[in-house]
Amino acid sequence: MMRIALLGFGSVGQGIARAILAKDLNITVTGLADSRSGITDPAGIDLAAALDRKGNGGPCGTPGVSPADVVAKAEYDVLVEVTPTNVETAEPALGHIRGALGRHKHVVTSNKGPIALAYPELRALAEANGVLLKYEATVCGAIPLIHAMQEGLAGNTISRLYGVFNGTCNYILTRMAEDSLTYEQALAEARELGYAEADPTYDVEGIDAAIKLVILANTLLDMQTTLDDVERTGITLLTPDALRLAEDLDCTIRLIGEIVPEAGVLRVSPRIVPKAHPLVVEGTLNAVTVEADLAGELTFIGKGAGSTETASAVIGDLLYIHDRYVQGS
Amino acid sequence: MKLEMKDQPGQLVAALKPISAVGGNIIAVIHQRETSTAAEALDVQIVLELPEGRLETLLELLREQGVSVVRIGEERLLYKCTLIMIGHLMHTDLSDTVDRIDRTGSAEVTELSLAMPAINAPSSARITIRSTTRTEMKKAIRILRGVAEQKKLLIIEPLEDA
Repeated sequence: MMRIALLGFGSVGQGIARAILAKDLNITVTGLADSRSGITDPAGIDLAAALDRKGNGGPCGTPGVSPADVVAKAEYDVLVEVTPTNVETAEPALGHIRGALGRHKHVVTSNKGPIALAYPELRALAEANGVLLKYEATVCGAIPLIHAMQEGLAGNTISRLYGVFNGTCNYILTRMAEDSLTYEQALAEARELGYAEADPTYDVEGIDAAIKLVILANTLLDMQTTLDDVERTGITLLTPDALRLAEDLDCTIRLIGEIVPEAGVLRVSPRIVPKAHPLVVEGTLNAVTVEADLAGELTFIGKGAGSTETASAVIGDLLYIHDRYVQGS
Repeated sequence: MKLEMKDQPGQLVAALKPISAVGGNIIAVIHQRETSTAAEALDVQIVLELPEGRLETLLELLREQGVSVVRIGEERLLYKCTLIMIGHLMHTDLSDTVDRIDRTGSAEVTELSLAMPAINAPSSARITIRSTTRTEMKKAIRILRGVAEQKKLLIIEPLEDA
């Protein structure tokens, strides 16, 4: 049995809890915290009860017990850090991850901030403590892109990596192309469906996609980049006319994130793409093409967000650690 | 540029050597069977890039090799790239935007489709640039990016290069 401490009990945290309840994953949760409360129990927390409390608008645990308490005091093998991303400082997640690694605990996170801002430091800290740091869920939700590149494509040199990294933008552009909606109309629709935040800046200005590029560049492609190195243009100025002009050529427009390691290029921008291209996916899907010297060209398509889908990536990381490091007790 | 010749034994090999000798770059070799001619007399087209001013030398070398060139089709602007621009295209002098590309001499705007929405709303245009070489195309796009930054236009580039 592998014991985990779960920080963050929003959409992703609840998705993980539901998967653990529904499936025989050999995982028990011994620590749990949201922004308002925390709970620890070495024998295993009653997740169904915690989901109920949360579902009724309450805290998941005891008010006054902080995430830092859970990190420092709970008995666990792996810290699962799934709190929201802070792109400026990566805190408080960064501190919690440092704390767990320092206690010789493995860490699995879906939080882009710490990986984008501090990967070299965190990786060194994990190595020094003989534990693993895994972050599959930070990029493209359910698509096992990082695992594929680290394991399946090990030994390949990547000449180019590009694709659709943001489901919100892809939804908006799909709708603008389909029904000649204006950007504002498509955004309003995305909000109604819960695909866009009240403040959509992070998605529509390409910041989310840019952070994902930084993570891929720094952790898989031997680059040392920051968000400022990404040449970034969002989709807010796109017009239905522009989409129609693309349509005349059997093309459409998608927000494409692109890395060309040798040229040092990191760029997020709307691009004209032939409609028959494998990257032209509909709705909120993500799609990434990798050009590798041995493997050739590969395209991954899947759900880039969602409670269960992101939980899938987190659980994949957890079971990877379980199979290699955690002895059954 | 396009060279056309009769396909007689040995002619193709004889034709290819001089092309590389003058620094040319072969893009395609096309065999075309004409219905009017016998099966063994095929037309061969060679599509190639040639540095400026080397054509005479090449033709001389070909003559020396005994290759008879039937026709030379010269198309200067081999590379094509289509982009979309969004912004106040007319108010920021669209003809100047086009002119800055054309002024390079090695790239020019060959097509422009303009969609004009309501007054004062940003307009959208599709612009096709043709150029002599890939490098010249990159240069033309760089110029366009510079103009776009200056005039606050959004440029949407294709996913793949020219």
